Amino acid sequence: MAYVVQRPNLTWKEKMYLPSIVAGLAITFKHLKRMLKGETKVVMQYPEEKWDSHMPEHYRGAPTLVKDEHDRERCVACQLCEFICPPRAITIIPEEIPAESKFAKVEKRPKEFEIDMIRCIYCGLCEEVCPEQAIFLRKDYAITGTTRAEMKHDKAKLYELGGVMDGLVHKWNPKK
Amino acid sequence: MDYTDIIFLTATSLAKTIFLIFLVVLPMVSYTVYAERRVSALIQDRVGPNRTGFPLSLIGGKDWSPFLGGLGQPIADAVKFLLKEDFVPGHVNKLYFWIAPTLSMMPALVTLAAIPFGSTILGVPMVVANINVGLLFMFAISSVSVYGIVLAGWSSNSKYPFLGGIRSTSQMISYELCMGLSAVPVLLIAGSTSLPKIVEFQIHNGWMIFPFTNPHFHFSQFLLWVPIIIAFVTFTISMFAETNRLPFDLPESETELVAGYHTEYSSMKFALFFLGEYTAMIAGSALIVVLFFGGYHLPGIPNGNGEGGFIPFPHFATGTFLHAAVNVFWGLVNITVFFGKVAVLLLCFIWIRWTLPRFRYDQLMKLGWLYLFEIALVNIFLTAGILAFTH
Repeated sequence: MAYVVQRPNLTWKEKMYLPSIVAGLAITFKHLKRMLKGETKVVMQYPEEKWDSHMPEHYRGAPTLVKDEHDRERCVACQLCEFICPPRAITIIPEEIPAESKFAKVEKRPKEFEIDMIRCIYCGLCEEVCPEQAIFLRKDYAITGTTRAEMKHDKAKLYELGGVMDGLVHKWNPKK
Repeated sequence: MDYTDIIFLTATSLAKTIFLIFLVVLPMVSYTVYAERRVSALIQDRVGPNRTGFPLSLIGGKDWSPFLGGLGQPIADAVKFLLKEDFVPGHVNKLYFWIAPTLSMMPALVTLAAIPFGSTILGVPMVVANINVGLLFMFAISSVSVYGIVLAGWSSNSKYPFLGGIRSTSQMISYELCMGLSAVPVLLIAGSTSLPKIVEFQIHNGWMIFPFTNPHFHFSQFLLWVPIIIAFVTFTISMFAETNRLPFDLPESETELVAGYHTEYSSMKFALFFLGEYTAMIAGSALIVVLFFGGYHLPGIPNGNGEGGFIPFPHFATGTFLHAAVNVFWGLVNITVFFGKVAVLLLCFIWIRWTLPRFRYDQLMKLGWLYLFEIALVNIFLTAGILAFTH
Protein backbone atom coordinates (compact mmCIF):
# COMPACT_ATOMS: atom_id res chain seq x y z
CA MET A 1 0.00 0.00 0.00
CA ALA A 2 1.33 3.35 -0.93
CA TYR A 3 1.79 5.75 1.91
CA VAL A 4 3.12 9.25 2.19
CA VAL A 5 6.20 9.91 4.25
CA GLN A 6 5.76 13.13 6.15
CA ARG A 7 8.71 15.44 5.77
CA PRO A 8 10.11 16.37 9.16
CA ASN A 9 9.34 19.90 10.27
CA LEU A 10 12.71 21.56 10.62
CA THR A 11 13.29 24.34 13.07
CA TRP A 12 14.81 27.54 11.73
CA LYS A 13 18.08 26.51 13.33
CA GLU A 14 18.13 23.26 11.38
CA LYS A 15 17.13 25.03 8.21
CA MET A 16 20.16 27.30 8.50
CA TYR A 17 22.51 24.28 8.19
CA LEU A 18 25.21 26.26 9.94
CA PRO A 19 25.07 24.53 13.37
CA SER A 20 25.32 21.10 11.78
CA ILE A 21 28.13 22.29 9.51
CA VAL A 22 30.04 23.50 12.56
CA ALA A 23 29.35 20.17 14.29
CA GLY A 24 30.69 18.33 11.24
CA LEU A 25 33.79 20.47 11.17
CA ALA A 26 34.36 19.70 14.82
CA ILE A 27 34.15 15.97 14.14
CA THR A 28 36.65 16.07 11.28
CA PHE A 29 38.95 18.28 13.33
CA LYS A 30 38.80 15.79 16.18
CA HIS A 31 39.90 13.03 13.81
CA LEU A 32 42.70 15.21 12.44
CA LYS A 33 43.90 16.01 15.95
CA ARG A 34 43.83 12.39 17.07
CA MET A 35 45.74 11.40 13.96
CA LEU A 36 48.38 14.09 14.51
CA LYS A 37 48.81 13.05 18.13
CA GLY A 38 49.28 9.46 16.98
CA GLU A 39 46.24 8.17 18.88
CA THR A 40 44.61 6.63 15.83
CA LYS A 41 45.72 3.15 14.91
CA VAL A 42 46.70 3.08 11.26
CA VAL A 43 47.72 0.30 8.91
CA MET A 44 51.15 -1.31 9.22
CA GLN A 45 53.82 0.71 7.40
CA TYR A 46 55.11 -2.29 5.52
CA PRO A 47 58.80 -2.06 4.68
CA GLU A 48 59.62 -0.49 8.06
CA GLU A 49 57.27 -2.62 10.15
CA LYS A 50 56.85 -6.25 9.23
CA TRP A 51 54.58 -9.13 10.04
CA ASP A 52 57.43 -11.14 11.53
CA SER A 53 56.57 -10.69 15.20
CA HIS A 54 52.84 -11.18 14.59
CA MET A 55 53.27 -14.41 12.68
CA PRO A 56 51.44 -17.45 14.12
CA GLU A 57 53.41 -20.64 14.79
CA HIS A 58 51.62 -22.57 12.06
CA TYR A 59 52.34 -20.00 9.34
CA ARG A 60 53.23 -21.60 6.03
CA GLY A 61 56.03 -19.60 4.40
CA ALA A 62 58.83 -20.72 2.12
CA PRO A 63 59.69 -24.44 2.26
CA THR A 64 63.23 -25.07 3.51
CA LEU A 65 65.55 -27.98 4.24
CA VAL A 66 66.96 -28.46 7.72
CA LYS A 67 69.98 -30.19 9.23
CA ASP A 68 70.01 -32.08 12.50
CA GLU A 69 72.10 -31.32 15.55
CA HIS A 70 75.07 -33.35 14.18
CA ASP A 71 75.16 -31.25 11.01
CA ARG A 72 73.75 -34.09 8.95
CA GLU A 73 71.31 -33.24 6.21
CA ARG A 74 68.11 -34.89 7.28
CA CYS A 75 66.88 -35.39 3.75
CA VAL A 76 67.45 -38.96 2.56
CA ALA A 77 66.34 -38.23 -1.02
CA CYS A 78 63.30 -40.53 -0.85
CA GLN A 79 61.58 -38.13 -3.30
CA LEU A 80 58.17 -38.44 -1.62
CA CYS A 81 57.86 -34.65 -1.56
CA GLU A 82 58.74 -34.48 -5.23
CA PHE A 83 55.94 -36.92 -6.03
CA ILE A 84 53.29 -35.33 -3.81
CA CYS A 85 54.04 -31.71 -4.73
CA PRO A 86 50.81 -30.55 -6.51
CA PRO A 87 52.42 -27.92 -8.77
CA ARG A 88 55.56 -30.06 -9.23
CA ALA A 89 57.84 -27.40 -7.87
CA ILE A 90 60.38 -29.80 -6.35
CA THR A 91 63.16 -31.51 -8.32
CA ILE A 92 65.49 -33.92 -6.54
CA ILE A 93 68.53 -35.71 -7.93
CA PRO A 94 69.61 -38.34 -5.35
CA GLU A 95 73.12 -39.64 -4.84
CA GLU A 96 74.77 -42.32 -2.72
CA ILE A 97 76.58 -41.31 0.42
CA PRO A 98 80.23 -42.42 0.06
CA ALA A 99 81.35 -45.29 2.35
CA GLU A 100 83.99 -43.26 4.14
CA SER A 101 81.39 -40.75 5.36
CA LYS A 102 80.31 -40.65 9.00
CA PHE A 103 76.70 -41.03 7.88
CA ALA A 104 77.33 -43.90 5.43
CA LYS A 105 74.56 -46.08 6.82
CA VAL A 106 71.96 -43.50 5.73
CA GLU A 107 72.85 -44.58 2.16
CA LYS A 108 71.21 -41.74 0.20
CA ARG A 109 71.24 -37.97 0.15
CA PRO A 110 70.10 -35.38 -2.37
CA LYS A 111 72.77 -34.34 -4.85
CA GLU A 112 70.59 -31.53 -5.97
CA PHE A 113 67.40 -30.31 -4.36
CA GLU A 114 65.57 -27.54 -6.16
CA ILE A 115 62.31 -25.81 -5.30
CA ASP A 116 60.92 -23.52 -7.94
CA MET A 117 59.39 -20.71 -5.89
CA ILE A 118 57.44 -19.44 -8.87
CA ARG A 119 55.51 -22.72 -8.88
CA CYS A 120 55.31 -23.35 -5.13
CA ILE A 121 51.82 -22.84 -3.70
CA TYR A 122 52.85 -23.04 -0.02
CA CYS A 123 50.44 -25.93 0.60
CA GLY A 124 52.72 -27.67 3.07
CA LEU A 125 52.15 -31.18 1.68
CA CYS A 126 55.93 -31.71 1.39
CA GLU A 127 56.31 -31.01 5.08
CA GLU A 128 53.47 -33.39 5.94
CA VAL A 129 54.67 -36.24 3.75
CA CYS A 130 58.34 -36.12 4.77
CA PRO A 131 59.17 -39.24 6.83
CA GLU A 132 62.47 -37.73 7.98
CA GLN A 133 61.12 -34.33 9.06
CA ALA A 134 63.67 -32.78 6.76
CA ILE A 135 61.53 -30.19 4.99
CA PHE A 136 59.75 -27.44 6.87
CA LEU A 137 57.71 -24.43 5.83
CA ARG A 138 59.34 -21.48 7.54
CA LYS A 139 58.07 -17.92 8.00
CA ASP A 140 59.77 -16.24 5.05
CA TYR A 141 56.97 -14.83 2.90
CA ALA A 142 58.67 -12.13 0.80
CA ILE A 143 60.39 -14.34 -1.78
CA THR A 144 61.48 -12.05 -4.57
CA GLY A 145 63.87 -12.16 -7.46
CA THR A 146 64.59 -10.36 -10.68
CA THR A 147 65.05 -13.48 -12.85
CA ARG A 148 63.43 -16.90 -13.09
CA ALA A 149 66.74 -18.52 -12.24
CA GLU A 150 66.91 -16.51 -9.04
CA MET A 151 63.51 -17.78 -8.00
CA LYS A 152 64.74 -21.39 -8.06
CA HIS A 153 65.98 -22.20 -4.58
CA ASP A 154 68.85 -24.68 -4.81
CA LYS A 155 70.18 -26.89 -2.05
CA ALA A 156 72.56 -24.33 -0.57
CA LYS A 157 69.86 -21.69 -0.44
CA LEU A 158 67.35 -24.09 1.12
CA TYR A 159 69.76 -25.08 3.88
CA GLU A 160 70.64 -21.44 4.46
CA LEU A 161 66.97 -20.59 4.96
CA GLY A 162 66.28 -23.72 7.00
CA GLY A 163 69.18 -23.92 9.41
CA VAL A 164 69.31 -26.52 12.16
CA MET A 165 66.27 -28.16 13.69
CA ASP A 166 65.95 -30.80 16.40
CA GLY A 167 63.34 -33.31 15.43
CA LEU A 168 61.64 -36.40 16.74
CA VAL A 169 63.34 -38.73 14.30
CA HIS A 170 66.38 -40.24 15.94
CA LYS A 171 66.83 -43.41 13.95
CA TRP A 172 70.08 -42.21 12.33
CA ASN A 173 71.51 -41.02 15.60
CA PRO A 174 74.57 -43.25 16.23
CA LYS A 175 74.14 -42.99 20.01
CA LYS A 176 70.58 -44.21 20.07
CA MET B 1 56.12 59.56 -18.33
CA ASP B 2 59.81 59.43 -18.94
CA TYR B 3 61.49 56.81 -21.10
CA THR B 4 63.52 55.39 -18.17
CA ASP B 5 60.36 55.25 -16.06
CA ILE B 6 58.70 53.02 -18.61
CA ILE B 7 61.69 50.69 -18.71
CA PHE B 8 61.81 50.62 -14.90
CA LEU B 9 58.09 49.89 -14.67
CA THR B 10 58.26 47.13 -17.28
CA ALA B 11 61.29 45.52 -15.67
CA THR B 12 59.87 45.58 -12.13
CA SER B 13 56.46 44.33 -13.30
CA LEU B 14 58.12 41.46 -15.14
CA ALA B 15 60.24 40.63 -12.12
CA LYS B 16 57.20 40.72 -9.85
CA THR B 17 55.16 38.56 -12.22
CA ILE B 18 57.91 35.96 -12.48
CA PHE B 19 58.42 35.98 -8.72
CA LEU B 20 54.71 35.71 -8.00
CA ILE B 21 53.79 33.09 -10.58
CA PHE B 22 56.82 30.84 -10.74
CA LEU B 23 58.31 31.15 -7.29
CA VAL B 24 55.21 31.52 -5.16
CA VAL B 25 51.91 30.56 -6.72
CA LEU B 26 52.79 27.51 -8.82
CA PRO B 27 54.79 25.80 -6.03
CA MET B 28 51.97 26.74 -3.71
CA VAL B 29 49.47 25.13 -6.08
CA SER B 30 51.36 21.86 -6.17
CA TYR B 31 51.81 21.80 -2.42
CA THR B 32 48.14 22.64 -1.92
CA VAL B 33 47.38 19.47 -3.86
CA TYR B 34 49.78 17.63 -1.56
CA ALA B 35 48.20 19.24 1.52
CA GLU B 36 44.79 18.27 0.21
CA ARG B 37 45.82 14.63 -0.03
CA ARG B 38 47.59 14.62 3.30
CA VAL B 39 44.92 16.48 5.29
CA SER B 40 42.10 14.45 3.76
CA ALA B 41 43.98 11.31 4.76
CA LEU B 42 44.43 12.55 8.32
CA ILE B 43 40.76 13.48 8.56
CA GLN B 44 39.75 10.03 7.35
CA ASP B 45 42.17 8.23 9.69
CA ARG B 46 44.53 7.27 6.87
CA VAL B 47 48.19 8.09 6.35
CA GLY B 48 48.28 9.61 2.88
CA PRO B 49 51.25 9.95 0.52
CA ASN B 50 54.19 9.76 2.93
CA ARG B 51 56.78 7.94 0.82
CA THR B 52 57.97 9.99 -2.11
CA GLY B 53 61.10 11.77 -1.01
CA PHE B 54 62.98 14.12 -3.23
CA PRO B 55 65.13 12.34 -5.82
CA LEU B 56 67.48 11.80 -2.88
CA SER B 57 66.33 8.20 -2.69
CA LEU B 58 68.18 7.67 -5.99
CA ILE B 59 71.52 8.71 -4.51
CA GLY B 60 71.32 6.80 -1.26
CA GLY B 61 68.84 8.84 0.76
CA LYS B 62 66.54 5.84 0.90
CA ASP B 63 66.95 5.39 4.63
CA TRP B 64 65.89 8.86 5.62
CA SER B 65 63.62 9.80 2.72
CA PRO B 66 60.56 8.50 4.65
CA PHE B 67 61.20 11.39 7.01
CA LEU B 68 60.58 13.83 4.19
CA GLY B 69 56.96 12.81 4.57
CA GLY B 70 56.22 12.48 0.87
CA LEU B 71 57.22 16.05 0.08
CA GLY B 72 58.41 14.86 -3.33
CA GLN B 73 54.90 13.79 -4.27
CA PRO B 74 54.03 16.94 -6.31
CA ILE B 75 57.18 16.43 -8.39
CA ALA B 76 56.22 12.82 -9.03
CA ASP B 77 52.70 13.96 -9.96
CA ALA B 78 54.04 16.54 -12.40
CA VAL B 79 56.30 13.96 -14.05
CA LYS B 80 53.37 11.60 -14.34
CA PHE B 81 51.18 14.26 -15.96
CA LEU B 82 53.93 15.10 -18.44
CA LEU B 83 54.57 11.49 -19.42
CA LYS B 84 50.97 10.37 -19.83
CA GLU B 85 49.50 10.01 -23.27
CA ASP B 86 47.71 13.19 -24.34
CA PHE B 87 44.66 11.57 -25.86
CA VAL B 88 42.18 13.59 -27.88
CA PRO B 89 38.99 11.64 -28.64
CA GLY B 90 37.90 11.60 -32.27
CA HIS B 91 34.44 13.01 -31.62
CA VAL B 92 35.45 16.33 -30.05
CA ASN B 93 35.54 19.82 -31.48
CA LYS B 94 39.33 20.13 -31.64
CA LEU B 95 39.69 23.92 -31.50
CA TYR B 96 37.56 24.47 -28.39
CA PHE B 97 38.82 21.26 -26.84
CA TRP B 98 42.33 22.72 -26.95
CA ILE B 99 41.34 26.22 -25.84
CA ALA B 100 39.25 25.14 -22.83
CA PRO B 101 42.03 24.04 -20.43
CA THR B 102 43.99 27.23 -21.00
CA LEU B 103 40.85 29.27 -20.50
CA SER B 104 40.34 27.74 -17.09
CA MET B 105 43.97 28.20 -15.98
CA MET B 106 44.77 31.67 -17.36
CA PRO B 107 42.02 33.78 -15.72
CA ALA B 108 43.03 32.44 -12.32
CA LEU B 109 46.62 33.50 -12.94
CA VAL B 110 45.62 36.87 -14.41
CA THR B 111 43.47 37.77 -11.41
CA LEU B 112 46.57 37.46 -9.24
CA ALA B 113 47.94 40.57 -10.99
CA ALA B 114 45.69 42.88 -8.98
CA ILE B 115 46.47 41.28 -5.60
CA PRO B 116 48.77 43.33 -3.34
CA PHE B 117 50.83 40.48 -1.93
CA GLY B 118 53.28 42.64 0.01
CA SER B 119 53.98 46.21 0.99
CA THR B 120 57.02 47.59 -0.84
CA ILE B 121 60.55 46.44 -1.50
CA LEU B 122 63.01 49.29 -2.18
CA GLY B 123 60.05 51.54 -2.91
CA VAL B 124 58.52 49.23 -5.49
CA PRO B 125 54.94 48.33 -4.50
CA MET B 126 54.42 44.58 -4.34
CA VAL B 127 51.42 44.43 -6.65
CA VAL B 128 51.83 43.59 -10.31
CA ALA B 129 49.11 45.92 -11.56
CA ASN B 130 48.24 48.73 -9.20
CA ILE B 131 44.89 49.61 -10.78
CA ASN B 132 42.22 51.62 -9.03
CA VAL B 133 39.46 49.16 -9.98
CA GLY B 134 41.34 46.12 -8.71
CA LEU B 135 38.32 44.41 -7.21
CA LEU B 136 36.16 44.86 -10.31
CA PHE B 137 39.07 43.60 -12.41
CA MET B 138 39.25 40.45 -10.30
CA PHE B 139 35.52 39.79 -10.58
CA ALA B 140 35.57 40.44 -14.33
CA ILE B 141 38.50 38.16 -15.08
CA SER B 142 37.54 35.37 -12.71
CA SER B 143 34.14 35.12 -14.40
CA VAL B 144 35.98 34.37 -17.66
CA SER B 145 37.09 31.06 -16.20
CA VAL B 146 33.52 29.78 -16.56
CA TYR B 147 34.13 29.79 -20.32
CA GLY B 148 36.88 27.24 -19.88
CA ILE B 149 34.50 24.87 -18.17
CA VAL B 150 31.59 25.53 -20.51
CA LEU B 151 33.76 25.11 -23.62
CA ALA B 152 35.21 21.89 -22.21
CA GLY B 153 31.69 20.62 -21.62
CA TRP B 154 30.43 21.54 -25.07
CA SER B 155 33.44 20.60 -27.16
CA SER B 156 33.80 17.19 -25.53
CA ASN B 157 30.62 16.13 -27.35
CA SER B 158 29.68 13.66 -24.66
CA LYS B 159 26.83 13.67 -22.18
CA TYR B 160 28.56 13.92 -18.81
CA PRO B 161 30.87 16.81 -19.69
CA PHE B 162 27.87 18.52 -21.25
CA LEU B 163 25.85 18.24 -18.05
CA GLY B 164 28.83 19.47 -16.07
CA GLY B 165 29.19 22.47 -18.36
CA ILE B 166 25.52 23.37 -18.00
CA ARG B 167 25.66 23.09 -14.24
CA SER B 168 28.77 25.20 -14.03
CA THR B 169 27.23 27.97 -16.14
CA SER B 170 24.20 28.40 -13.95
CA GLN B 171 26.10 27.92 -10.73
CA MET B 172 28.83 30.41 -11.51
CA ILE B 173 26.48 33.05 -12.83
CA SER B 174 24.23 32.85 -9.77
CA TYR B 175 27.03 32.92 -7.27
CA GLU B 176 28.97 35.66 -9.00
CA LEU B 177 26.12 38.08 -8.30
CA CYS B 178 26.15 37.17 -4.65
CA MET B 179 29.93 37.43 -4.47
CA GLY B 180 29.96 40.90 -5.99
CA LEU B 181 27.17 42.10 -3.72
CA SER B 182 28.76 40.74 -0.56
CA ALA B 183 31.99 42.59 -1.34
CA VAL B 184 30.14 45.92 -1.56
CA PRO B 185 29.98 46.55 2.23
CA VAL B 186 33.78 46.35 2.32
CA LEU B 187 33.98 48.88 -0.51
CA LEU B 188 31.52 51.15 1.31
CA ILE B 189 33.60 51.05 4.46
CA ALA B 190 37.01 51.36 2.81
CA GLY B 191 35.75 53.86 0.23
CA SER B 192 37.80 52.47 -2.65
CA THR B 193 37.88 49.58 -5.12
CA SER B 194 41.65 49.65 -5.26
CA LEU B 195 42.92 46.60 -3.42
CA PRO B 196 46.14 48.24 -2.09
CA LYS B 197 43.99 51.10 -0.75
CA ILE B 198 41.64 48.63 0.96
CA VAL B 199 44.65 47.04 2.64
CA GLU B 200 45.97 50.44 3.71
CA PHE B 201 42.57 51.30 5.14
CA GLN B 202 42.69 48.12 7.20
CA ILE B 203 46.20 48.90 8.43
CA HIS B 204 44.99 52.22 9.81
CA ASN B 205 41.53 51.16 11.00
CA GLY B 206 42.00 47.54 11.98
CA TRP B 207 41.29 44.46 9.90
CA MET B 208 37.76 44.16 8.63
CA ILE B 209 37.08 40.91 10.46
CA PHE B 210 39.26 41.70 13.51
CA PRO B 211 38.90 45.45 14.12
CA PHE B 212 40.77 44.98 17.41
CA THR B 213 44.10 45.16 15.56
CA ASN B 214 43.49 48.89 15.52
CA PRO B 215 44.98 50.50 18.66
CA HIS B 216 42.38 53.31 18.42
CA PHE B 217 39.43 50.94 18.48
CA HIS B 218 36.15 52.78 18.34
CA PHE B 219 32.58 51.83 19.19
CA SER B 220 31.31 52.55 15.66
CA GLN B 221 33.59 49.82 14.37
CA PHE B 222 31.88 47.39 16.68
CA LEU B 223 28.54 48.26 15.03
CA LEU B 224 30.07 47.79 11.60
CA TRP B 225 31.39 44.42 12.68
CA VAL B 226 27.94 42.82 12.24
CA PRO B 227 27.52 43.52 8.50
CA ILE B 228 31.18 42.70 7.91
CA ILE B 229 30.80 39.25 9.42
CA ILE B 230 27.67 38.66 7.34
CA ALA B 231 29.56 39.85 4.26
CA PHE B 232 32.49 37.60 5.13
CA VAL B 233 30.29 34.51 5.45
CA THR B 234 28.39 35.15 2.23
CA PHE B 235 31.56 36.08 0.36
CA THR B 236 33.35 32.92 1.50
CA ILE B 237 30.40 30.71 0.58
CA SER B 238 30.18 32.28 -2.89
CA MET B 239 33.93 31.90 -3.23
CA PHE B 240 33.55 28.17 -2.63
CA ALA B 241 30.89 28.02 -5.30
CA GLU B 242 32.96 30.14 -7.66
CA THR B 243 36.01 27.90 -7.39
CA ASN B 244 33.94 24.70 -7.73
CA ARG B 245 35.02 23.41 -4.37
CA LEU B 246 33.00 20.97 -2.39
CA PRO B 247 30.21 21.35 -1.17
CA PHE B 248 29.58 23.14 -4.48
CA ASP B 249 31.52 20.94 -6.91
CA LEU B 250 28.45 20.14 -9.02
CA PRO B 251 30.21 20.69 -12.39
CA GLU B 252 32.64 17.94 -11.44
CA SER B 253 30.61 15.72 -9.10
CA GLU B 254 32.33 12.37 -9.54
CA THR B 255 29.46 10.34 -8.16
CA GLU B 256 26.99 11.57 -10.77
CA LEU B 257 28.92 12.82 -13.78
CA VAL B 258 32.07 10.63 -13.86
CA ALA B 259 34.36 13.66 -13.71
CA GLY B 260 32.06 16.34 -15.07
CA TYR B 261 33.46 18.75 -17.60
CA HIS B 262 36.92 17.17 -17.79
CA THR B 263 35.80 13.58 -18.29
CA GLU B 264 37.30 13.45 -21.81
CA TYR B 265 40.58 15.09 -20.88
CA SER B 266 43.86 13.41 -20.13
CA SER B 267 47.46 14.19 -19.37
CA MET B 268 48.55 17.83 -19.30
CA LYS B 269 45.18 19.15 -20.45
CA PHE B 270 43.54 17.58 -17.44
CA ALA B 271 46.39 18.87 -15.29
CA LEU B 272 45.63 22.40 -16.49
CA PHE B 273 42.02 22.11 -15.30
CA PHE B 274 43.24 20.69 -12.05
CA LEU B 275 45.88 23.36 -11.51
CA GLY B 276 43.43 26.03 -12.66
CA GLU B 277 41.03 25.00 -9.91
CA TYR B 278 43.74 25.25 -7.28
CA THR B 279 45.10 28.53 -8.66
CA ALA B 280 41.57 29.93 -8.53
CA MET B 281 41.41 28.73 -4.94
CA ILE B 282 44.63 30.60 -4.14
CA ALA B 283 43.42 33.72 -5.93
CA GLY B 284 40.12 33.50 -4.05
CA SER B 285 41.83 33.06 -0.69
CA ALA B 286 44.15 35.95 -1.53
CA LEU B 287 41.11 38.12 -2.26
CA ILE B 288 39.50 37.12 1.04
CA VAL B 289 42.76 37.96 2.84
CA VAL B 290 42.93 41.34 1.12
CA LEU B 291 39.30 42.22 1.77
CA PHE B 292 38.82 40.89 5.29
CA PHE B 293 42.09 39.86 6.90
CA GLY B 294 44.17 42.98 6.40
CA GLY B 295 46.30 41.77 3.50
CA TYR B 296 50.00 41.67 4.35
CA HIS B 297 49.50 43.47 7.65
CA LEU B 298 50.25 41.87 10.99
CA PRO B 299 50.19 44.07 14.08
CA GLY B 300 53.71 45.02 15.11
CA ILE B 301 55.42 44.27 11.84
CA PRO B 302 56.46 47.39 9.91
CA ASN B 303 55.94 47.74 6.18
CA GLY B 304 58.67 47.89 3.53
CA ASN B 305 59.45 51.51 4.40
CA GLY B 306 60.08 50.62 8.04
CA GLU B 307 56.91 52.42 9.16
CA GLY B 308 54.21 51.31 11.51
CA GLY B 309 55.80 48.52 13.52
CA PHE B 310 56.42 48.37 17.23
CA ILE B 311 58.70 45.33 17.30
CA PRO B 312 62.03 46.46 18.78
CA PHE B 313 64.58 46.29 16.00
CA PRO B 314 67.78 48.31 15.47
CA HIS B 315 67.19 51.41 13.36
CA PHE B 316 69.80 52.73 10.98
CA ALA B 317 70.27 56.14 9.43
CA THR B 318 68.27 56.74 6.27
CA GLY B 319 70.22 56.14 3.07
CA THR B 320 72.71 53.63 4.48
CA PHE B 321 72.97 50.11 3.16
CA LEU B 322 71.83 48.55 6.44
CA HIS B 323 68.72 50.73 6.47
CA ALA B 324 67.78 49.48 3.02
CA ALA B 325 68.60 45.89 3.98
CA VAL B 326 66.36 46.02 7.05
CA ASN B 327 63.54 47.48 4.99
CA VAL B 328 63.92 44.77 2.35
CA PHE B 329 63.78 42.24 5.18
CA TRP B 330 60.51 43.72 6.46
CA GLY B 331 59.17 43.77 2.91
CA LEU B 332 59.89 40.05 2.59
CA VAL B 333 58.31 39.42 6.00
CA ASN B 334 55.17 41.18 4.75
CA ILE B 335 55.03 38.87 1.72
CA THR B 336 55.49 35.85 4.00
CA VAL B 337 52.70 37.07 6.27
CA PHE B 338 50.38 37.48 3.29
CA PHE B 339 50.99 33.99 1.94
CA GLY B 340 50.86 32.58 5.45
CA LYS B 341 47.33 33.93 5.78
CA VAL B 342 46.49 32.52 2.35
CA ALA B 343 47.85 29.12 3.41
CA VAL B 344 45.71 29.10 6.55
CA LEU B 345 42.63 29.89 4.45
CA LEU B 346 43.55 27.13 1.99
CA LEU B 347 43.75 24.67 4.88
CA CYS B 348 40.25 25.79 5.90
CA PHE B 349 39.09 25.20 2.31
CA ILE B 350 40.50 21.67 2.48
CA TRP B 351 39.05 21.07 5.92
CA ILE B 352 35.58 22.09 4.75
CA ARG B 353 35.87 20.02 1.60
CA TRP B 354 36.50 16.84 3.55
CA THR B 355 33.71 17.56 6.01
CA LEU B 356 30.65 18.47 3.97
CA PRO B 357 28.78 16.38 1.42
CA ARG B 358 27.75 17.87 -1.91
CA PHE B 359 24.56 19.92 -2.22
CA ARG B 360 21.75 18.72 -4.42
CA TYR B 361 21.35 20.89 -7.50
CA ASP B 362 18.05 22.50 -6.47
CA GLN B 363 19.38 23.13 -2.97
CA LEU B 364 22.35 24.89 -4.51
CA MET B 365 20.19 27.17 -6.63
CA LYS B 366 17.81 27.83 -3.74
CA LEU B 367 20.68 28.72 -1.43
CA GLY B 368 22.19 31.04 -4.00
CA TRP B 369 19.11 32.89 -5.18
CA LEU B 370 16.75 32.76 -2.21
CA TYR B 371 19.10 33.22 0.72
CA LEU B 372 22.61 34.42 -0.04
CA PHE B 373 21.55 36.92 -2.69
CA GLU B 374 18.96 38.51 -0.39
CA ILE B 375 21.25 38.51 2.61
CA ALA B 376 24.01 40.18 0.62
CA LEU B 377 21.60 42.77 -0.75
CA VAL B 378 20.12 43.63 2.64
CA ASN B 379 23.59 43.71 4.10
CA ILE B 380 24.57 46.55 1.74
CA PHE B 381 21.73 48.69 3.06
CA LEU B 382 22.56 47.73 6.61
CA THR B 383 26.16 48.82 6.11
CA ALA B 384 25.13 52.04 4.41
CA GLY B 385 22.70 52.78 7.25
CA ILE B 386 25.30 52.20 9.94
CA LEU B 387 27.84 54.30 8.04
CA ALA B 388 25.32 57.15 7.64
CA PHE B 389 24.38 56.87 11.30
CA THR B 390 27.89 56.90 12.73
CA HIS B 391 29.57 59.46 10.46
